Amino acid sequence: MTDLLGNDLNLQYELLGPEIALVITAALVLFADAFRRELKIGQSAIPAISILGLVVALLLSLLWIDENKDFARLVTIDNFTTFFRVLFIAVTVVVIIGSHEYIERRVSHLGEFYSLLLLSTVGAMLMAGARDLLTAYLAIEVMSFSLYILVSLAKSDTRSGEASLKYVLLGGVASAMLLYGLSFLYGVGGSTQYTEIAAALSDGTSTLELPLLLGLALIIAGLGFKASAVPFHMWTPDAYEGAPIPITAYLSATSKAATFALLLRWFAGPLLPAIDSWQWMISVLAVLTMVIGNLVALQQSNIKRLLAYSSIGQVGFMLMAIVTISDQTGSALLLHLSGYIITNLAVFMGVIAFYNRTGREEIVAFRGLAQTNPYLALVITAGLFSLAGMPLLAGFLTKFILFQSVVSGGYTWLVVTALLASTVSLYYYLQVIRQMYMYQPEGDASRWRLSPTGYLATGAMLVGVVWVGVYAAPFYTAADRAIAPLFT
Amino acid sequence: MVTLFLLLPLAGALLALFLPRERELDARWIALLFSGLAFAVSIVIFVTFDPDQNGYQFVDQFTWINPSGAGFEVQYFVGVDGLSAPMVLLLGLLSVVAVLVSFNIDERVKEYFAYLLLLETAVAGVFLSLDLIQFFLFWELELLPMYMLISIWGSGRNRYSAMKFLIYTLAGSAFMLVGFLVIGVDAGTFEISALTEMPPQDALIPLSLVFWAIMIAFLVKLPVFPVHTWLPDAHTDAPTAVSVMLAGVLLKMGGYGILRIALPILPEQAHDFRFVLAAIAGFSVLYGAVITLQQRDLKRLIAYSSVSHMGYVLLGIAALGAVGLSGAALQMFTHGTITGLLFVMVGLIYERTHTRDITSMSGLMHRMPLIGTVMLIAGLASLGLPGLSGFVAELTIFLGAFDAHPAATIAGIFGVVLAAGYILWMVQRIFHGPADEKWADLKDANCWWEHVAMGSLVVVIVAIGIFPGIITDSIESGIAPIAQIFEANL
Repeated sequence: MTDLLGNDLNLQYELLGPEIALVITAALVLFADAFRRELKIGQSAIPAISILGLVVALLLSLLWIDENKDFARLVTIDNFTTFFRVLFIAVTVVVIIGSHEYIERRVSHLGEFYSLLLLSTVGAMLMAGARDLLTAYLAIEVMSFSLYILVSLAKSDTRSGEASLKYVLLGGVASAMLLYGLSFLYGVGGSTQYTEIAAALSDGTSTLELPLLLGLALIIAGLGFKASAVPFHMWTPDAYEGAPIPITAYLSATSKAATFALLLRWFAGPLLPAIDSWQWMISVLAVLTMVIGNLVALQQSNIKRLLAYSSIGQVGFMLMAIVTISDQTGSALLLHLSGYIITNLAVFMGVIAFYNRTGREEIVAFRGLAQTNPYLALVITAGLFSLAGMPLLAGFLTKFILFQSVVSGGYTWLVVTALLASTVSLYYYLQVIRQMYMYQPEGDASRWRLSPTGYLATGAMLVGVVWVGVYAAPFYTAADRAIAPLFT
Repeated sequence: MVTLFLLLPLAGALLALFLPRERELDARWIALLFSGLAFAVSIVIFVTFDPDQNGYQFVDQFTWINPSGAGFEVQYFVGVDGLSAPMVLLLGLLSVVAVLVSFNIDERVKEYFAYLLLLETAVAGVFLSLDLIQFFLFWELELLPMYMLISIWGSGRNRYSAMKFLIYTLAGSAFMLVGFLVIGVDAGTFEISALTEMPPQDALIPLSLVFWAIMIAFLVKLPVFPVHTWLPDAHTDAPTAVSVMLAGVLLKMGGYGILRIALPILPEQAHDFRFVLAAIAGFSVLYGAVITLQQRDLKRLIAYSSVSHMGYVLLGIAALGAVGLSGAALQMFTHGTITGLLFVMVGLIYERTHTRDITSMSGLMHRMPLIGTVMLIAGLASLGLPGLSGFVAELTIFLGAFDAHPAATIAGIFGVVLAAGYILWMVQRIFHGPADEKWADLKDANCWWEHVAMGSLVVVIVAIGIFPGIITDSIESGIAPIAQIFEANL
């Protein structure tokens, strides 16, 4: 089959197997929830169906390791896509396992919750795979729209609706900017295909300097919003605070990683020829993001807001890799992203388990946790120390490789800034750790246990944090292989 | 062998952590057993170490991080040479002492000893690492147990002091990591010996900046004026055992880092800035001594005297010759034992009197003659009395530094006079004078662990004072290659 321009189209639908499996699962989940009474199934069947679908999707995506094909010139299936497919599916699985109790108790509209979660995963996966501007844009919207709704689903919490409204309004503005920027890019490049834009830009024949610059500024602003880079970060703390905690975890993991997948695809592909026009923009963004994110985090008293600002700070570190983009920094970024996601999920799974028990999310509520539940305190401490970049944990190793690659890219001053920001960050992570270890518990001081799935999720993440920190070889081999298709 | 030394305390820490609650006090015995075993291993390492042989001994090595295409690798690479062998011995000894003086800890015992043993592993890692990144890793790892120990089991403004300690060290080590990265990226390796053989000639940023980026971390740790202010606070508020470890081995990480990394890898820059280093050193000695004279808090007094004494280490280093460098390394070892002993004694006194205010104590010699005598021995060693270990080290430093930096050396010698002043005056105010009635029911050191802790350190101090050869042979063999770099090229 061919398209209007006469290009051959490859319509191998099995290439999209994982996405199709997830969409079918999402529909099944909705159906099962609607007819729960008729089908005589319990509440816990719904997360079980979702996990089953995710596992199927995971297996389907593993079929395409070391392939390099495209579907109808819209989606590329290469190692890069496979890497992110596996990553996103794994995040969703962990979020569901670690938080199904939270969701049953504190989230309205169970069926919709799970099916939107699956759909946003599909959106994220397509963001990583897209090879066409419009496909990418639609993928962003699929993910974002699902998230707008998910943020609002916290039961009897007025902050949830407010957060969702703020997120949807600012998100709409950002999408509009992005789309407007893409239209400039289309004007300059003459196509929506990544490969053809790259060819047009590297020709050097284009005289459209100003439109390109405008387009780049708008694109960076739009994606900056999605990645919550300063100064486009205003929605982040509110959305993080108002959303149900599993969604906060999901926002900080999948939504961020998907944006970086897109940034890598764009800035290592179609936009690479224009590197002189955007390199300074991203480096300014990176410095602002790591400095302001980490400084504002110092003043937070709510754990979700603290983690929101800390994740903003982390975005600053990741942007450094885009500034000095190469296969080395790209692979370092993929490694850092996976380490960051594992670490962040460890902290969030811990916070969810804590919230299930106490219903509180202020930092002072963590007082004496080391005595009432030493295991949970250990998980949260390991996660926070890893975020701060302490040795033998994931955060140190991935940050080290990331910083090392940026130094060899010639941006030592960025790394100096990052290291100082990183030092500041340890201070606010320690504020939480101090509460857990240095104070006596308030009120009930008896020991308590997590639920079995709570142990499963936190334990797996704890092992992950230490594993990446001590023996990361499999991870950076995977990252190397994933980044390779972008630089051939 | 050295890996065993590294892992024994860690194993002890894990074991202590998993003790059931009702047998919490057994953590003391676990800690004593494992630190004792580690001490035994360190003795074996030190005794079987062959000073006539070049290079590292007891090496364990494998590639740890090796991302393909990134053009560098990080190794797990440990071993000892003449420089680190005495440090390992010192660490083994002081860890046992630290465990012994903690025997009466009764709050959160399991965690306390777990952190103490973790601290030993971290510091051991610093002394044994032969790869820059591995070195940095252990350098950072040491912060965690230290922070916890000071802020949970400390007294006074313990949380403030712990945080201050943390911020100072972290700020320093952030610069150190930048320096390491720049050097490593340029050379494509982080192995210290490889970098020593081929010092970097050119890098992304001027090498003199790299030198100071690395030095700042070590100078903070040493510490010298003006980055010393965390030390008195940390010492004052830390529990006794932590003070012992802090003064005894943690400060040595700074001097060790300069000798192991800063000088051999960046010799030209060290040579260019030797006068700056000497000036800092001379001023630190005098400044530390003058401030010490004014202290009324016993622990603060010893803490400030450390600032003065660590100035000698830097002075010896700034001389950049075989004699001065050996003196610096020897001073690190002797200061570790002497100040370690002083802090043990301060802890014992504080446990009995519950005050550290010098002016409120008087005539304690009547009540506790043993503690008084040992304190006097430690004090005399600290002020450099011939026949005790402090004298040997300081004399070597002055001999080595006088030609290169006469002014700073004279300042240093004057510091010894001030040291005699503050030590003797302190002993006089606390132990002599009329016996105060309110101290009538104080007991002398009466537990076996107190005797062992004091006795072992006194033996070492006297032994080195009489026969320094037991330690200097090893040190000289470790210093020789470093001194050669400076004698050959500059």
